[in-house]
Amino acid sequence: MSESIADASPASGGPDQAYNYAYLDEQTKRMIRRAILKAVAVPGYQVPFGGREMPLPYGWGTGGIQVTAAIIGREDTLKVIDQGADDTTNAVSIRRFFAKVADVATTTSTEDASIIQTRHRVPETRLREGQIIVFQVPIPEPLRMLEPRETETRTLHALSEYGVMQVSLYESIARHGRIAKTYNYPVLVNGRYIMSPSPIPKFDNPKLDRSPALQLYGAGREKRIYAVPPHTPVKSLDFDDHPFEIERWDECCALCGSRESFLDEVIVDDSGKRMFVCSDTDWCERHQR
Amino acid sequence: MYVAVKGGETAINHSLELLADKRRGERSVAELSLEQIDQQLSLAVDRVMTEGSCYDRSLAALAIKQARGDLIEAIFLLRAYRTTLPRFGDSLPIDTTEMLAERRISATFKDVPGGQVLGPTFDYTHRLLDFSLAAAGERPLAPTAPTEEPLPLPRVGDILQRDGLLEPPSQGDDGHDLTRQPLMFPASRPLRLQNLARGDEGFLLALGYSTQRGYGNNHPFVGEIRYGHVPVSFVPEELGFAIELGEIEVTECDMVNQFAGSHDVPPQFTRGYGLAFGHAERKAMAMALVDRALRADELSETATSPAQDEEFVLAHSDNVEASGFVQHLKLPHYVDFQSELVTVRALREEVERRNREAAAAAAALDKAAE
Repeated sequence: MSESIADASPASGGPDQAYNYAYLDEQTKRMIRRAILKAVAVPGYQVPFGGREMPLPYGWGTGGIQVTAAIIGREDTLKVIDQGADDTTNAVSIRRFFAKVADVATTTSTEDASIIQTRHRVPETRLREGQIIVFQVPIPEPLRMLEPRETETRTLHALSEYGVMQVSLYESIARHGRIAKTYNYPVLVNGRYIMSPSPIPKFDNPKLDRSPALQLYGAGREKRIYAVPPHTPVKSLDFDDHPFEIERWDECCALCGSRESFLDEVIVDDSGKRMFVCSDTDWCERHQR
Repeated sequence: MYVAVKGGETAINHSLELLADKRRGERSVAELSLEQIDQQLSLAVDRVMTEGSCYDRSLAALAIKQARGDLIEAIFLLRAYRTTLPRFGDSLPIDTTEMLAERRISATFKDVPGGQVLGPTFDYTHRLLDFSLAAAGERPLAPTAPTEEPLPLPRVGDILQRDGLLEPPSQGDDGHDLTRQPLMFPASRPLRLQNLARGDEGFLLALGYSTQRGYGNNHPFVGEIRYGHVPVSFVPEELGFAIELGEIEVTECDMVNQFAGSHDVPPQFTRGYGLAFGHAERKAMAMALVDRALRADELSETATSPAQDEEFVLAHSDNVEASGFVQHLKLPHYVDFQSELVTVRALREEVERRNREAAAAAAALDKAAE
C-alpha cells in the first residue's frame, strides 16, 4: 500500500499499475501544464505551481521530475543526466523511475532524446528544434542570496529593479578583479527578466541563448516553474569593460582529446596527480570512436 | 588508465538490498509488527501522522517500520503516499468542546468547569530509567474512572472571551490547501496554522523557546491543553446532512498571551493556537507560541525576531523539504566545484603575479637607493 515506489514491483511489460501513468494524476499534470504554458508565454518569469510531494527527496530533482512527468508520453525518448553524465546514481535513479512509471524508452544519446532532464549541465551536442530540456532547479530566485524575502524579490522582478544584481557583480570585480561567479551565473531573458539558469557552469550559459530547443525549469521544493521558449535571447549579465567569459582549460580530455567540452578534474593517485575528462559522457564516448 | 565510475544501477540495487537487510536486523530477534508500533510506540505514530498530515495509524506505523524508526523519513514516506490519494471533500471543522478528554489542564485557573484532568503524562514521572521494562512481564491495567457519556467541555478561552477579556478566535478559512497550492506571502492565519501543524516539532520548539527568551516575547500562559477523542463529520453532497465518519485523537493548546488594545478595542488578552494529531503537547504548545509570534503584524507589534518573521518561519518549518535540501549536498557537484576550482586557481595566479611584480619593483628600488 504505502510502499515507496522504489520497492513496488512493476507490472510486467507495462508501467506500474499501482499508480497513474507517469505517477502524477491527470489533474495534477493539467495544473503543471498550465503553469508551463504560462511560463513559456512569459519567458524567464517564475510561475508558482502546486508542487506535489514526490516519492524522491526535495532537492534531488522533484521539480524537474514533475515537469517531465507532465509532458512525457509513450512516444518520447528520455535522457537523464547529472553533472553531464548518464551514469551518476541520481540520474540512474530518475531514469529508472520514469522507465517504471511511464513505460518510456530511455537513451544516453543526446541526439536521440526527445526530452532531456538535467542537473547542472547542458549537453555539449547542440540541441535541435523539437527537443525539450528540463532543468532541475534548487533555488529558482536569482536574487535570493541578495534578498532572502520572496515578497521583496517579486516586487523587484515586477519593476525590473535589478540594480542589486549589477552591484553584486561590480563588488565581485572590486574584490577579485573579475566577476568571480562561476555557476548559476545570472542571465537576462528576452531583455526582461533576470533568471537563474540553475547551477550549470557559466561555460554552458551561451548554449541557452537562442537555443532551438524548449527549455523548462522546475523547482519542486520552491514550487516554481519557468521557461525559455526556442530562439529566445538569453544574455549573461556583464559590463562593457568586463565582458562575460567562460571557463577555459589548458588541458584536453584525457579520453577523447576534446578541447571544446567542459572538463572534470579527476584525482588519480595519492600524490594529487590529476587528469581531465569530459563531463558530458555521451559527448566523450562519441569522440572516442 | 582511468575508467569513469560506472554501474550506478547495480550499486543502487545492492544498496536497496542492504538497506532492507539492515531494517530487519538480527534474524534471531522477533520482527516488529505494525500493531506493536501502533500500541507501544504510539507517540512516534502520532508525530508521523501530524507532520505527515495523514491520520492513519497503521500507515504511519508501516512508515516507521520501513524507515527503521527515522521519524522524518517516515513522515516523508507517509506524505508521498498521501499526495497520491484522491480528495473527495472537506470534513466539517472538529468541535473540541465535544472532546472525550483523557487529559485537560489549565494553567490560568485553579479550577475550571469540567475540572482539571491530569491523565497520562510524562510531566510528573521522575526520569529514572525503569529497569523493570527491560524484563518481560505484564503490567496490571490502570484503574480508570467509569466512562460516561461525554459532557460538553467548555473551553477556558471561551469563558474568558465571554467577559471580553480575551479576543475571539479568528473566523473562517480561505479554502487554501498547502498540499495543493504553493505557499505565497503574506500568508493568511489559516494558512500559517496549516504550515505550523505540518511543521517540524524540533524547529517549532526552538522558535517557541526563543520567544520565551526575549526574541519576540509575548508573555504566554497555557489557557488550556486538552487531549482526547473528537468526532469527525462530513456532509456528502448526495445526502446534504452531516454524517459522522469516525473519531480522531487530537491535542489542542489554547495559549493566552499579552494583552493588546487599540482606540476601538479595550485591552484584552490575545491568543495563540496549536493543534496536533494524537498526544503531542510539546508540538501543540510550540505551535501556539509561534502562531502568536507570527501575529505581530496584525497586532501592530514590531517584528524584530526570527519567530515573528513569517517568511523565515513558514519557508523553513517543513522537515521533509529541509531534510531533502540539506542532504542533496551528498549528490555530485563535480561540475560546480570544477568551475570554482578553475576560478580560484586563476585568482590565485593573479595574486601571485602581482606579488612577484611588487617584489621585483621593491628590489629594483632598493638597488637604486644603494
